[in-house]
Amino acid sequence: MINEGVDNAKRQFLTSALTVVGAVGTGYLAVPFLAQMQPSVKAMAAGAPVEVDISKIEAGQLIRVAWRGKPVWILNRTPEVIATLKTLDSQLRDPLSKESIQPDYSKNPVRSIKPEIFVAVGLCTHLGCSPTFRPEIAPNDLGDNWKGGFFCPCHGSWFDLAGRVYQGVPAPTNLEIPPYRYITDTLIIVGETTGEKTA
Amino acid sequence: MKIDRLALCGNWILARFPLAKVWNEHMTHYYAPRNFNFWYFFGSLALLVLVNQFVTGILLTMNYKPDAKLAFDSVEYIMRDVHWGWLIRYMHSTGASAFFIVIYLHMFRGIMYGSFKQPRELIWIFGMLLFVCLMAEAFMGYLLPWGQMSYWGAQVIISLFSAIPVIGDDLSLWVRGDYVVSDATLNRFFAFHVISVPLVLVMLVFLHIVALHEVGSNNPDGIEIKKYKDEKGIPLDGIPFHPYYTVKDIVGVAVFLIFFATVIFYMPEMGGYFLEHANFIPADPMKTPEHIAPVWYFTPFYAILRAIPDKFAGVIGMGGAIVVLFLLPWLDRNPVKSIRYRSGVYKKALLLLVISFIGLGYLGTQPATPELTMFARILTAVYFGFFLLMPIYTRWEKTKPVPQRVTEQHSFEEQLHTLEEQLPALLDEITELKQGTTSEIGDPAFRSSFFSRRPNAEGIINVMTRVAKKLKESLD
Repeated sequence: MINEGVDNAKRQFLTSALTVVGAVGTGYLAVPFLAQMQPSVKAMAAGAPVEVDISKIEAGQLIRVAWRGKPVWILNRTPEVIATLKTLDSQLRDPLSKESIQPDYSKNPVRSIKPEIFVAVGLCTHLGCSPTFRPEIAPNDLGDNWKGGFFCPCHGSWFDLAGRVYQGVPAPTNLEIPPYRYITDTLIIVGETTGEKTA
Repeated sequence: MKIDRLALCGNWILARFPLAKVWNEHMTHYYAPRNFNFWYFFGSLALLVLVNQFVTGILLTMNYKPDAKLAFDSVEYIMRDVHWGWLIRYMHSTGASAFFIVIYLHMFRGIMYGSFKQPRELIWIFGMLLFVCLMAEAFMGYLLPWGQMSYWGAQVIISLFSAIPVIGDDLSLWVRGDYVVSDATLNRFFAFHVISVPLVLVMLVFLHIVALHEVGSNNPDGIEIKKYKDEKGIPLDGIPFHPYYTVKDIVGVAVFLIFFATVIFYMPEMGGYFLEHANFIPADPMKTPEHIAPVWYFTPFYAILRAIPDKFAGVIGMGGAIVVLFLLPWLDRNPVKSIRYRSGVYKKALLLLVISFIGLGYLGTQPATPELTMFARILTAVYFGFFLLMPIYTRWEKTKPVPQRVTEQHSFEEQLHTLEEQLPALLDEITELKQGTTSEIGDPAFRSSFFSRRPNAEGIINVMTRVAKKLKESLD
């Protein structure tokens, strides 16, 4: 490189300018490269609502349906279960669901539109395993404090039968409640609130 | 005439490419300490396993289909219908576990002999980056068979990102490419597993070795052999890597391959530890297996994650368990490298580290009951204690004098010989000769005196206390 008779300030300016332009260009190119890893338009569109006939669910029974590839539970709760739910508040992390995800109409102690029919996304809010349905009271493996609920086998999180998380377990919030509404008394639609699709 | 042509051809290349120079610099004129022991096999073995993974991996891609609908069946197709497909797949799956066994031993060697210390900090950092890449590679490879464990393991690990405040949820969505683990996730993991990460791995191996050959290998005595050189500038305690260590490593390779082949042919699933049973069921997004555990090489970190009853703190704990390893060269304040000349405090601390790591590894494979979670919490504290208290306890360590030159150790044959000599005396001590009472035999015709050896309780206790004392001495 010839250094004699060179305007160093000019050379420095050109070097800086080229670096900046190059960096901006790289930044622009990075956007499509990174954005192509986002969920595709097709994946985003695939969240169609699901209709579920709940007339065949017996008291105490749980069924699973797929919505957006996720398991959604529909549980028919007995009056005893609903009574038990009220006694658990002191052991729960978020009994009133203040920090949890649910539509407004499910933001109540039983976390549902009708107290007996409980609808929830069956994925643990810790790391996304699907908890197991354990309605029995005080089974051998879970101990005497177990009042019936959902147990996540992955990391040992406890939820009650309203999907509310117990204290001292890894899961931070209650189970997510999806938007849903009743079309008739025995038919619900998961993924929709009032006829219009919700995100 | 023919030989001349060959030589000419060789010279033509050598004039244009530094083949001989590189060979000399890194093999025949690369002087390694002459006192390498058993622990020094694992570097070259890791390279061997890497080659195994590359070759078998490329062969597997020829029949594997990275599609959520086809993946599981294509793996079964490889296992049943592709000629020798089962062998190639088992070589690849066993190779993954073998890789971690070899790497964990290699890392332990580094910690034991202080190979991470000045001037080898960068070698350690490159090595740790290799370790992280290897974990990413293994994790993404495990999704590909699209079994239940593949699916839910990926679901859990990707959800780890969602614990990061503010950007977490978007980040995990971006990694998955869908709202749940799906075909999009499988496809990109395939791309990462076969292209991106292997490229990075090879680059890091190159950097690791370049950095090593710049400063030279450490050794079990933890001293610098470059301090004492002969008039030609060759370290007095060094021997050329080739042929001495290439030949030594061939022995290591042979022994390794015996174990490797035994696993491949007789226990490729290793009782559910190398290939988990639940992974022979196709992925079902509706149902998590009753008991989910990662493959054994992730279980220590997984146990730490589970031990902490808070999502974000758990993820920090798990990541921190790896980050502290990066910081090791700056946490250990003792200038003495080798464990041979360090204090009892450090030896005991290292023993605790090994116990906690293996303990956590075991707990990670077990369901999370309250008692086991308590154990995991204690062991997590021990694991972090080893690293985070290091700046304190390594300061007031009473170390032993470090030799100037590498020391002679009893060779394995000598040790075997001594053991052989001591064996009869030892047998005499732990048993007693007892004259059988004739009444023990029913038929009078066979009644005659006979002797039998019976275990001698007192002798056994004596021997055991002696062993325990020796063990304690070795830790002081």
